[in-house]
Amino acid sequence: MSIKIENLNYIYGAGTAFEKHALKDIHLEIEDGQFIGMIGHTGSGKSTLIQHLNGLIRATSGRILYNGENIYAEGYDMKKLRSRVGVVFQYPEQQLFEMDVFTDVCFGPKNQGLPREEIEERAREALRQVHLDESYYRKSPFELSGGQKRRAAIAGILAMHPQVLVLDEPTAGLDPKGRDEILNLAAALHREQNITIILVSHSMEDVANYVDRIVVMNEGRILLDDIPGKVFAHDRELEAVGLAVPQVTYVMQALKAKGWDIDSSVTTIAEAKRAILDALHRKS
Amino acid sequence: MKIIDGKKLAYEYKQFNENGEVESTLKAVDGVDLEVEAGDFIAILGHNGSGKSTLAKHLNAILVPTEGTLYVDGKDTKDGSKLWEIRQTAGMVFQNPDNQIIGTLVDEDVGFGPENMGVPREEIWRRVEKSLKAVGMWEYRSHSPNKLSGGQKQRVAIAGVVAMQPKCIVLDEPTAMLDPNGRKEVIRTVRELNRTEKVTVILITHYMEEVIHADRVLVMDAGKIVMQGTPREIFSQVEKLKSYRLDVPQVTLLAYELRKEGLPVPEGILSIEELTEALERCRRQLCQ
Repeated sequence: MSIKIENLNYIYGAGTAFEKHALKDIHLEIEDGQFIGMIGHTGSGKSTLIQHLNGLIRATSGRILYNGENIYAEGYDMKKLRSRVGVVFQYPEQQLFEMDVFTDVCFGPKNQGLPREEIEERAREALRQVHLDESYYRKSPFELSGGQKRRAAIAGILAMHPQVLVLDEPTAGLDPKGRDEILNLAAALHREQNITIILVSHSMEDVANYVDRIVVMNEGRILLDDIPGKVFAHDRELEAVGLAVPQVTYVMQALKAKGWDIDSSVTTIAEAKRAILDALHRKS
Repeated sequence: MKIIDGKKLAYEYKQFNENGEVESTLKAVDGVDLEVEAGDFIAILGHNGSGKSTLAKHLNAILVPTEGTLYVDGKDTKDGSKLWEIRQTAGMVFQNPDNQIIGTLVDEDVGFGPENMGVPREEIWRRVEKSLKAVGMWEYRSHSPNKLSGGQKQRVAIAGVVAMQPKCIVLDEPTAMLDPNGRKEVIRTVRELNRTEKVTVILITHYMEEVIHADRVLVMDAGKIVMQGTPREIFSQVEKLKSYRLDVPQVTLLAYELRKEGLPVPEGILSIEELTEALERCRRQLCQ
C-alpha cells in the first residue's frame, strides 16, 4: 500500500505565452504510515505536486500509482481516490460554507453517498478527534476562532476517513498554541490510526519536530529526500534555495566551528540539549 | 514626542439580531493604555483572538474606540475631519499580499497611494522611486506584481505605504504567509525603514524570532496588555508566555532547558551567538 509517483511532469498553460514547467521528472514513493514533511520556497512546486495526489491536477506526463493502481487508467474511480487521499488546503477555513459546524463536517461523507446515521456518526467522531465538543455543533463557522475554524475544516476531511492526509501549511497565521494543537493532532492521527501524513510547511522547526522524512522541492524538482538529520546537514544548499535549518541546528554548527566535539545533525531541542550536555560531560 | 497616545482604550464588537437589537457584545480591546514614542520599534504578541488586530485597526482609524481615547500624532481618531491626516500618518500592511496589490505594474501600484492623496505627478514618481529603492524592489518596477514571490509582493505592499510618507507603519502579521527567505526580506526591510528613515514601526506577529530586535514588546491577552518590556525581559519569562498561548524563539527555549539542567546560562538568551558564547564560557569553566 503506497503512493508511487513515476517520472511525473506538469506544464501549466502548455503552448501559450504563460507556459511553465512546474514539475520536472518527479519520482517519489510514499509508504503507508509515513509522516512526511515537504518544504520548498514559494513557487517551488509543492502545492502543484500535492494536487496531483488526489487527482485534482492531471500530470502532463508520467504516472501515479495509488496502492498499485494507475490513477490515470481508464475507468479508475477518482471519487474514491479523493475520499482516500484527503487534502486540506491553505486557509481551509475559507472553505467552510454550511450554516453550522456539524452540517459542514457532514458534507464530505454525504457526498460519498453514505447512509445518514453513518454520516452523523463520522461527523461526531471527526469533531471529537479535532477536540470540538458538542457545544460547537450548531455554531456558525463564523463564530469560531481562527484555530477552531481550521480544526473544523480538518474534521470535514477526516469524516471521509482518508488513508492519506495532506496538510498544506496548516499552521499559517495561527498562534504558537494553535500551531501545536494542529501539529499534535496530525501526530496523533498518524500514531493512533496509522494515517499517512504529508505536511507542507514553511517552518523548519515544525518539520524537524514532527516528521520522519523530509522532501525538499526546488524549481519543480525534488532536491533532497531524507531523514531530517541528513536533510538539515545541507544548510548551505537549503539557504541557497530560500530555506533554512532549525535554529538549534545553527547552534550546533556554531559550537562545532568553535571546536566542540558535537553531533551537528541535531534538529530538535531535546536532541540539542542531550548533545550539549554530553559534550560538556565528556569534557569534565 | 508621542506618536501614539491611547488612554483606557476599549472597543466593543456588537452583534445584532434580525430586528436590529443588540444580541451580544464582545470587548475585544479592554482598557489599553498605549504610548509610543516617534521612531520606536514596537512588537505586539498575543494569541489569536487576544485583540491585537482590533487594536492595530485603531491606529489608522479603521476602528475608533468605543471607550477611552486615542491620539495619533496629536490628532483624536474620533474626530472625523482628521481621518485622512491620520491615515497618512499611520499606514497599514496586512497579512495577505495578494489582497493589497491592485496595480498591474509594480511602480503603478506603489504610486496609487500618493496619487489618491493628490500629490503632484513628478513628486509621485520621485516617491515611487525612493520607496521602491528603500525596500529593494526598484529593479522590479516594471514587472507585473503577479509574477513576484510572496516576500517580494509584501515588500511592494510596504513600498506602497512608504510612498505615502507615513510617520508610522503598522504591520499586522506581514510574514504569516511567507517562506523563510520572504520572512527575512520583510523583517530586514522593516528594520531598515525604522533605522534609516526613523519610521515608527508597530509589528504584530506570531513568529517569536521576529521581535527580538524590537525596542519594546507588548503581550496582549483578552483585550488587555498583560506584559510589557524589552525582548530580553519578555523572553526570560518562558512559563508565563506559555500560559498566554505563546512561546519563545527556539534558541531561547534551548537555553532555558539547559539552565534547568543546571548549566550557568543567563536568562533571556535571544540569539544563536549569545547562546554559543554562553556555552563556550561553560566549557572553559569545566576545562579549568
